[in-house]
Amino acid sequence: MASFSVLLILVCISLLAPVIAPYNTYDTATFDIMDAETPPSWMAGGSEMFMLGTDIQGRDLLSTMIYGLRISLLIGVGAVFFQALVGIAVGLISGYLGGRLDSLLMRLADIQFSIPYLIVAIFASAIFKLAFGIGRYEDLAVVLLIIIIGLSQWPHYARTVRASVLGEKNKEYVEAARVIGISNRQIMLRHILPNTMTPVLVISTIQVANAIMSEAALSFLGLGMPITKPSLGSLIRAGFEYIFSGSWWITFFPGVLLVIVVLVILLLGDWLRDVLNPKLYKG
Amino acid sequence: MFAFIVRRIIQAIIVMLVIGLVGFVIQHQIGDPVRDLVGERVTPAERAVIRDRLGLNDPAYIQYFRFVKNACQGDLGFSFFYKKPALEVIVSKAPATIELVIVTAIILVVVSIPAGIYSAIYPKSWISRIIMAASTIGVAMPVFLTAIALIYFFGVELNWLPSYGRGETVSIWGWESGFFTLDGLTHLILPSISLSTIMLPLFIRLVRAEMMEVLETEYIKFAWAKGLHRRRVWYLHAFKNTLLPVITVFGVQVGILFAFTILTETVFQWQGMGFMFLEAVERSDTSLLVAYLVLVGVIFVVVNTIVDIVYGLVNPMVRIAGAK
Repeated sequence: MASFSVLLILVCISLLAPVIAPYNTYDTATFDIMDAETPPSWMAGGSEMFMLGTDIQGRDLLSTMIYGLRISLLIGVGAVFFQALVGIAVGLISGYLGGRLDSLLMRLADIQFSIPYLIVAIFASAIFKLAFGIGRYEDLAVVLLIIIIGLSQWPHYARTVRASVLGEKNKEYVEAARVIGISNRQIMLRHILPNTMTPVLVISTIQVANAIMSEAALSFLGLGMPITKPSLGSLIRAGFEYIFSGSWWITFFPGVLLVIVVLVILLLGDWLRDVLNPKLYKG
Repeated sequence: MFAFIVRRIIQAIIVMLVIGLVGFVIQHQIGDPVRDLVGERVTPAERAVIRDRLGLNDPAYIQYFRFVKNACQGDLGFSFFYKKPALEVIVSKAPATIELVIVTAIILVVVSIPAGIYSAIYPKSWISRIIMAASTIGVAMPVFLTAIALIYFFGVELNWLPSYGRGETVSIWGWESGFFTLDGLTHLILPSISLSTIMLPLFIRLVRAEMMEVLETEYIKFAWAKGLHRRRVWYLHAFKNTLLPVITVFGVQVGILFAFTILTETVFQWQGMGFMFLEAVERSDTSLLVAYLVLVGVIFVVVNTIVDIVYGLVNPMVRIAGAK
């Protein structure tokens, strides 16, 4: 439960970012490059204006981290919504209608499964970057990242939902619904879908953590959020070059925040899985 | 049995064709092969002639067939940055990545198996709890963060280990190896430790779970009842049956390891295939991109197919389930 409260606090912080953050980091007038690379306030050379120091462009690190947290969470949850939408739709249709459509869709999912998701994500973002050009890519970065990360992971949802649907399809309430004459679509959406939600919920939390880590990895490689609208991954990338000159805080604090967020979501997912299905043993 | 193998191979070929299609679309739409060949300073009239000569004005499906035919013969395009055939560039960088993956695999096996077995046999001891806690945190920590942390502690602060590059390498029949020089070996340490942290939590938990399940089975209880020495029970009887799932998972994860080398090589400036891929993205060198995609696709598909076939050979249930 501790993890749930930590997560709640983090989500609140990120939602209230414009109110809480000491500085608005998107407004270029509020920071000055002469402030760049100030150490945290408790070290020599630090100032009280910047609690955790500043990054390479003179932005206050604490504020940038809060905004970055917001973007990371937004992309993580958005990507999972997208994956879930596509995956559930495909799983429902494939499982309920069966036949050749089922084989085709599952073959597609298998093909995508045999390629590691990170490679799919990196390739998709590389292609988008080349196709859109760097300027337009940066403007649309959040949306594109949601689509990219969503596209790389939908087979997971599709397979899980399909397995559930195959189990539910032969039960009597489905047969009864068919006998009454309810249309296929109604049956899928209102009768079968609610009963497949349990596994979906369980994998969703872990997928959010995965999505946040994928986004951080993509940003770290330079294929994700640009430095003007940084997410935690981009901050780590920016700080990495300055580790050798001693400005360790630019990488350290965003890194710690990222690990805390992902850890908390993972623990929450574990707890959820135990609560929802005690028969499933922990692997 | 034979039908099973044939089915897996056909599936592998289909996946390869899809990958080839994706690669072809990338090269066709985004790259500019004329620029790849002759650079920027050529007049449009000459470019038109070259386009015709290269067959770029043919319909798409003819170009696709030509692409596949060339790919099968080893011609994957020309890198305009390196001014060399793409395959040659990749093959020259491949030894770096392969050596990294080999050392990482060794670390994985050497660390995860003892740790997993120990925490399965003594689940309540404090060492086991530390191992499990560390593995949970290890899952949450992205590989580049671990790499940066390692560089900072061992490279910058303590200055024990070098933090970038490969060090001195020895060329053995064209294979640039870092194994034979002390410098090369010290350079290998930090990157392979970082790369292994991705997979270590998974493997430790896997070995532990499998071992715990095996230890509950009837025949192990019979072995205890017979009075066999505990080491014999653990290592000879129990452990052998945990190996099978571990090996199959390992086969699949090798592919993922290759994918994560992109991240690790970026941090350590390790001149391998992953780093080359990122540079190709930054320079819009589509031939290298496509060549990397095709090569890595081949590696995954081959490894997965072999693992599936081996698993099918050993576990009859898989063959029967697939035959329906």
